[in-house]
Amino acid sequence: MKRFADLHLRVPLEDPSKAESMIQKASALGYNLVGIPLSPHATREQISQLRHICSEAKVDLATRVNFSPRTPNELLHSLRRLRRKFEIVAVRCHTKDVARQAAKDRRVDLLQFSVTNLRKRFFDEAEAELASQALSSLEIELAPILQLTSFSRVRLLSSLRREVATAERFKVPITLSSGATDEHFMRGPRDYAALTTLFDMSMSSALRALSETPWVTVERNRKKLSADYVAPGVHVVGRKTGD
Amino acid sequence: MALEVVSEQPLNEQIVLDAVQASVHRLFGEYGASKANLKLTKTIPEKRQFVIRCSHKELDHVRAAIASTTMINGKNGAIQVLGVSGTLKALSKKTQNI
Repeated sequence: MKRFADLHLRVPLEDPSKAESMIQKASALGYNLVGIPLSPHATREQISQLRHICSEAKVDLATRVNFSPRTPNELLHSLRRLRRKFEIVAVRCHTKDVARQAAKDRRVDLLQFSVTNLRKRFFDEAEAELASQALSSLEIELAPILQLTSFSRVRLLSSLRREVATAERFKVPITLSSGATDEHFMRGPRDYAALTTLFDMSMSSALRALSETPWVTVERNRKKLSADYVAPGVHVVGRKTGD
Repeated sequence: MALEVVSEQPLNEQIVLDAVQASVHRLFGEYGASKANLKLTKTIPEKRQFVIRCSHKELDHVRAAIASTTMINGKNGAIQVLGVSGTLKALSKKTQNI
């Protein structure tokens, strides 16, 4: 039985009842894990309130932060400051410099690109090569495919087709997420997997991008954030108690 | 394929079939729609559940078209696939409600 994850469920944090209904719907659709983007200044209370809603809906919560830096230095500064506060770090790349820096930085989990301005999609072969040597994966949001119409959707599908082929050639993991801001654009994992056939992604790759890939990312980061983590491959297996 | 329709307006089988067919047509054109071979098989209007049959070779395309449906009869709506099977008997076992 696959465990599915939606790493980008954009619930409105200012509206707890809508947030709750979206989380419950994610659970009903068959997701076991949801990643909810939070403000970098999110308080512990907000996070514990979300955890409570998620545990009631029987779904696991991964805290996520989205960066939209204008320069590589701004990205590095944000990563230094916030990496250890969140389980998932996604970078929306608005410039090529930022995209290259994000792709090679092992602290970045997800690379995101604009869905409306296709000139700002920098996932080319150079980007894929850098990403393949780091830990970042290409994030593809599926709600925009539902929201866009006619020619803008055609152009987005064309870009995605090219990027998925590049990612597969360079063995860059792909993570599929909803990016939904409303229940209306939420779909089950197998429905999203079927949507990916529109840009020539195979069903098996799509299901992997909705299950194994996001889970691996979250579990790797949870290990790193735990108190027992020392360095890659080194962790505390036991502690001597007092006396 | 068992479907559940999420929409605030009253529905009948023709509205749902039209919405699915329009989606298939929009995404895959007349050629794709002709290969999909869509037919409505069963309806449970009180639960807003419908069973449609399609060519098994076009299942992924039909499912993609169903997932991409955001408007039903000119109003906001969505269609969720509850289950897929080769026979009605297996489908009813899978989805339990139908």
